[in-house]
Amino acid sequence: MEGLTRRYGPVVALDGLDLTLRPGELIALLGPSGCGKTTTLRLLAGLEDADAGTITVGGRDITRQSASKRDMGMVFQAYSLFPHMTVVQNVAFGLRLRRMAKSERERRARDMLDLVGLSEQAGRYAHQLSGGQQQRVALARALAIEPQVLLLDEPLSALDAKVRAQLRDQIRRIQLEVGITTLFVTHDQEEALAIADRVGVMRAGQLEQLAPPTEVYSRPATPFVAEFVGLTNRLAGTVSGSSVTVRGQDLPLVDLGTPAGPVTALIRPEAVTLASESSAGSGPLAGTVIAVTFLGATSRVTVDVGDTMIMAQLPTSDATELTAGSHVALTIRPDPVLVSVAESKESVAASEA
Amino acid sequence: MAALASVGETSLEAPATRGPQGMQRSRRRRLNAFRYVVFTLFGLFIVLPLLALARFSLEGSKLGTWSVAAWKQIVSYPGLASGVELTLELAVITSVVTLVLLLPTMIWIKLRVQWISRTFEFLCLLPLTIPAIALVVGLGPVYNRIQHYSLSALQLFWVYVILALPYAYRALSSGLDALDAVTLAEAARSLGASWFTVMFRVIAPNMRQAILNAVLLTGALVLGEFTIAYLLLFNTLQPTLYSISRNTPNAGVVFSTSLASLLFAFALLIIVSYAGRRRRRG
Repeated sequence: MEGLTRRYGPVVALDGLDLTLRPGELIALLGPSGCGKTTTLRLLAGLEDADAGTITVGGRDITRQSASKRDMGMVFQAYSLFPHMTVVQNVAFGLRLRRMAKSERERRARDMLDLVGLSEQAGRYAHQLSGGQQQRVALARALAIEPQVLLLDEPLSALDAKVRAQLRDQIRRIQLEVGITTLFVTHDQEEALAIADRVGVMRAGQLEQLAPPTEVYSRPATPFVAEFVGLTNRLAGTVSGSSVTVRGQDLPLVDLGTPAGPVTALIRPEAVTLASESSAGSGPLAGTVIAVTFLGATSRVTVDVGDTMIMAQLPTSDATELTAGSHVALTIRPDPVLVSVAESKESVAASEA
Repeated sequence: MAALASVGETSLEAPATRGPQGMQRSRRRRLNAFRYVVFTLFGLFIVLPLLALARFSLEGSKLGTWSVAAWKQIVSYPGLASGVELTLELAVITSVVTLVLLLPTMIWIKLRVQWISRTFEFLCLLPLTIPAIALVVGLGPVYNRIQHYSLSALQLFWVYVILALPYAYRALSSGLDALDAVTLAEAARSLGASWFTVMFRVIAPNMRQAILNAVLLTGALVLGEFTIAYLLLFNTLQPTLYSISRNTPNAGVVFSTSLASLLFAFALLIIVSYAGRRRRRG
């Protein structure tokens, strides 16, 4: 996709988007509501027309081609199985349109149902299936036509947490097994980070960063990405040379070109370590534990350092002795830090989208 | 509020030994009894006039005697059989034309031009607000022109299509609204379906119940329509029955034909309900 633009009246939903999918990879587009991720998918599918830009698949310009001729398999957020058809008829629908012989399309439809683990339900109708099963059939239906690109438009958002996690893993397994190029749209960062080869974080119709999940998380390209993906502490600091000084600690900068002066440093909770004040002595950063939130293997500790709150994420085994009211010393791990020049007032940003 | 208080009071007065299940059973029994009473009253309201109609249609020439002559006359009475035939033909043609005009248009509006849906709804409901006499005055010259070219009485279907629009529109609209038509269409399009396939192989089959309802309402309207046919001087069923009742001393044939047309409409209704139920189970 090159320079893809889509406007709805005065609103620019997509603003000159450039995105290239490599064969066989899974890209997850992540972003808040209205950032343009679903619009991107719909433009690629041909369900909407671009105002500017081009879409090329395998060297062929399909920008003006109708949706029915694009060979894109799509799974929607809403359940989209045809209610008057059985599961196997749904899966074979696209093959029937391609005039495949009946025996061949039946065989292929059943193969696809085997792939998603639903061959037992072949004779059922959509209303006889659970939400998760319906989405698996929709996936089988989309894969049956051997599309050039598989498009997944928040297919898990209508499902409960447990089914969502199971189906997410199943989608990834099938995608790797089939080796199909996939664009996955979601607003759930956990989902995106868990299954994507690369994650694209979008904001206001533009791609802020496109990188592997670990890089998006640990080396966010912009303050928006840092805040949108995971939790971030926003602490005042001062840039001098290639480092930023935050509460008396010198931390390396991600962007070495940052001009000297006051900034807001964006620091991950897991980069903050805690020690009881007595054992650590009184360092430059000390505070009182306000709350300990149990998250399973890890716990999140909120510490009041006087003029602001700082979050730390620790292994639960290390957090057991911390209770509300205990005094702790805080240390920030010297990981490269992203800074925001525009803002200087520090605060805790709990931007878990 | 009164009903709630009454239920609460009854529960409190129930024997102390009776548990929640017992109370639920008792409440269910009372509810069932209420349903049966309502059902029976409505049943009587509908069935009694029909029984009266049946009784008069079976009355013999002498008081206290019974005869099926009036039923036999449905086919032999001059002009009646042709009136029935014409009305049934009109019902079929009107239903088909209404569906052909309305169904694709409504699906297309839902999928492609939703901004026009309010205007379209207004146009479809407009005939409800126009008195039949105003329609006849407006259509009179048109039909005079048509008759000038000796065209068939079946031309009445154009007016009937207009009259049936509001009812057919409502029936189809409820069926279309019950579907996530846009998502189904997009799913079908992404699988390679043309717009024709989307409309007739994806959306329309899921509106079977709504289509049958529209056909039923249109058919019932045509079977019962009197004013326009009478004023435009066409001998469909209702004007013929009216003419018989005015000119025949033995009115039994009026009753037998009226009852037959009602039974026909009921039969249609049952068929539609049965077909719908089968679909839901399917």
